[in-house]
Amino acid sequence: MHGASVSLRELGKRYGCVRAVDRVAIDIRPGEFLSLLGPSGSGKTTLLMMVAGFELPDSGAIWVGDRDITLVAPNRRDIGMVFQRYALFPHMTVAENIAFPLRMRRFSKKKTMQAVADALALVQLGGFEARLPAQLSGGQQQRVAVARALVFEPPVLLMDEPLGALDKKLREQMQIEIKRLQQSLGITVLYVTHDQEEALTMSDRIAVMRDGRLEQIGSPAELYDAPATSFVADFIGKMNFLEGECLGQDARCFEITIGRSSTIVVDRHLASHEALPQRGERVRLAVRPERIELTPHKNQKLSGIVESVIFVGSSRTFLVRLAGGELLHVQSQTTRESYSPSQGERVGLSIPSDCVHVFPQAEC
Amino acid sequence: MPESSLAQPRIHGSPSSAGRYGTMTSLVLVSPLILLLGIAFAYPVGRLLWNSVFAPEPTLAHYTRIVAEPLYLVVLWRTFQIAFIVTVLAFLFGYPVAYAMARIPGRRAMLIAACVLVPLWTSILVRTYAWIVLLQRNGIVNTVLQETGLTETPLQLLYTQGAVILAMTHVLLPFMVLPIYSTLRNIPDDLAKAARNLGAGAPQAFIRITLPLSLPGAAAGTLITFILALGFYITPALVGGPRTLMMSTLIAQQTTELLDWPFAGALSAVLLTSTLLLAALYRRALSFSKGFSNG
Ligand SMILES: Nc1ncnc2c1ncn2[C@@H]1O[C@H](COP(=O)(O)OP(=O)(O)O)[C@@H](O)[C@H]1O
Ligand SMILES: [Mg+2]
Repeated sequence: MHGASVSLRELGKRYGCVRAVDRVAIDIRPGEFLSLLGPSGSGKTTLLMMVAGFELPDSGAIWVGDRDITLVAPNRRDIGMVFQRYALFPHMTVAENIAFPLRMRRFSKKKTMQAVADALALVQLGGFEARLPAQLSGGQQQRVAVARALVFEPPVLLMDEPLGALDKKLREQMQIEIKRLQQSLGITVLYVTHDQEEALTMSDRIAVMRDGRLEQIGSPAELYDAPATSFVADFIGKMNFLEGECLGQDARCFEITIGRSSTIVVDRHLASHEALPQRGERVRLAVRPERIELTPHKNQKLSGIVESVIFVGSSRTFLVRLAGGELLHVQSQTTRESYSPSQGERVGLSIPSDCVHVFPQAEC
Repeated sequence: MPESSLAQPRIHGSPSSAGRYGTMTSLVLVSPLILLLGIAFAYPVGRLLWNSVFAPEPTLAHYTRIVAEPLYLVVLWRTFQIAFIVTVLAFLFGYPVAYAMARIPGRRAMLIAACVLVPLWTSILVRTYAWIVLLQRNGIVNTVLQETGLTETPLQLLYTQGAVILAMTHVLLPFMVLPIYSTLRNIPDDLAKAARNLGAGAPQAFIRITLPLSLPGAAAGTLITFILALGFYITPALVGGPRTLMMSTLIAQQTTELLDWPFAGALSAVLLTSTLLLAALYRRALSFSKGFSNG
């Protein structure tokens, strides 16, 4: 089984005056695990339905490998799909469900039986052949759905929030299993989720969607460390946002003031502006909680008062109120020698200049 | 396997009802209905059937009369024949309507639903008279046929078996459409999509997924229609005339014109027994087919 490349070329789809998908272009490499991530209503399902062939795009084209499938009927696309609610056929046994795509392809009885057994072994459900879907737990139904989508060896697999209905523990286990399957089969996966943690865990690359548009596409690390917009910065991981004003700049840095007295220095290359912020322009700053360092208070440029301390095992989160009233989340590892202020204490904050993202204020 | 709890298996037909109410409460709750049924249905029907064997003294004469006189058997046979044809036609016309109602989104589905329901709320008498208006000698159909030159003289449309079948199919259509619609609406859209995705063409997806899953509704619809058609009175009496007598008309004649109650009882007993027999056979045949779960 080998994955095929998938190329979405300027895809567009409108429902009435809603642009459900707005000129989205994504090239997925063979064998890649690509997630579509975005809030509910951002057009992920619509995009997936166009790839599966259940919605016709208004504009653009879809290619799988070297084949244009934009207008091909869904049953001739050879693309596997796992539906959000699994869509197992309730009147067929597990074995009949998995054999269904093979019967449609007129496989011989012997080949079908062998392939069904292999697919069930793949998802570790050997021995469940004769059960009806209603006699399986949610996690088992999920596995059957995966087996059914893989049994005809499609080069591409689509999954629409496949783990949404499972509880947290099972979900995490299935994430690992799906990833393992995808890697061992080398299949291309287009995976839809609104859960950023899930996307970060599983994906080779993530495409962030917003209001039908592609907001940013990149590896999990790229999105986490270099979000292109404040929407992406907000959506992925935890993020502190601060309003500020540009004081001035030199060859390497900006200086930005927060409130009346505090200032932050930011590396120039971290500004997401196409045009760099001008002196006097209002900007939006974003800093990850784990990038901020707390130090004992002694006349730092940025200081605040610890409002509360949240213990989360391996790390601690401090809520620090700045002089201007902004609340910052600061996360630090719990080690024996680390500085650990207590509630009510005045602390200094230091933010490395290469850890601050600057966005124009108008955006958002 | 990490999964601890298995979902309760759904067994065909009978839900093992560990009822929420105790036996006493249940009895109290259904007692008004039982009382009503006892007084208004069980007693008179029992009386009628009793009389067919014990009036004036214990005798099987009324039953031998049915067997001896070919007319009665002919009518009985015709009744089943018409009921069968009406059921088949109502299914053929009703299924697509139910399917459209369940699958077409928004307003147009409401429009179809209205077309199905409004006749149901109209008196059967009115709907039957409408057919008389259409089919009579100088009715709309004959007028159109003659004016377009297709026929020279008016056709005999009314008081034929065709007219009875047509009108009964029309009157009984909602009883076919509604149960089928309700099962179709409960079949998730995703199932047919999944079938398409797995390589089934649209007809295959329908035949292998949607149709078998809608069988419970189709079974209910056909059974209701068939049983209603067997005992149908007003429409056959008005549209059918003497040459297409059905059992109900015959029974009515005995009770209202000839006042031969014991014989009417015997006719009713024959109709009732054969109806129950057929219904039982039908259920048996269906329970063999797969996908007959109450979904
Ligand atoms: N069949 C449809 N008819 C009308 N609007 C639709 C339809 N499907 C989706 N939409 C609209 O398109 C937008 C994107 O929806 P969807 O693709 O389901 O988003 P997501 O899967 O990201 O939650 C939403 O605004 C939704 O209301
Ligand atoms: Mg969705």
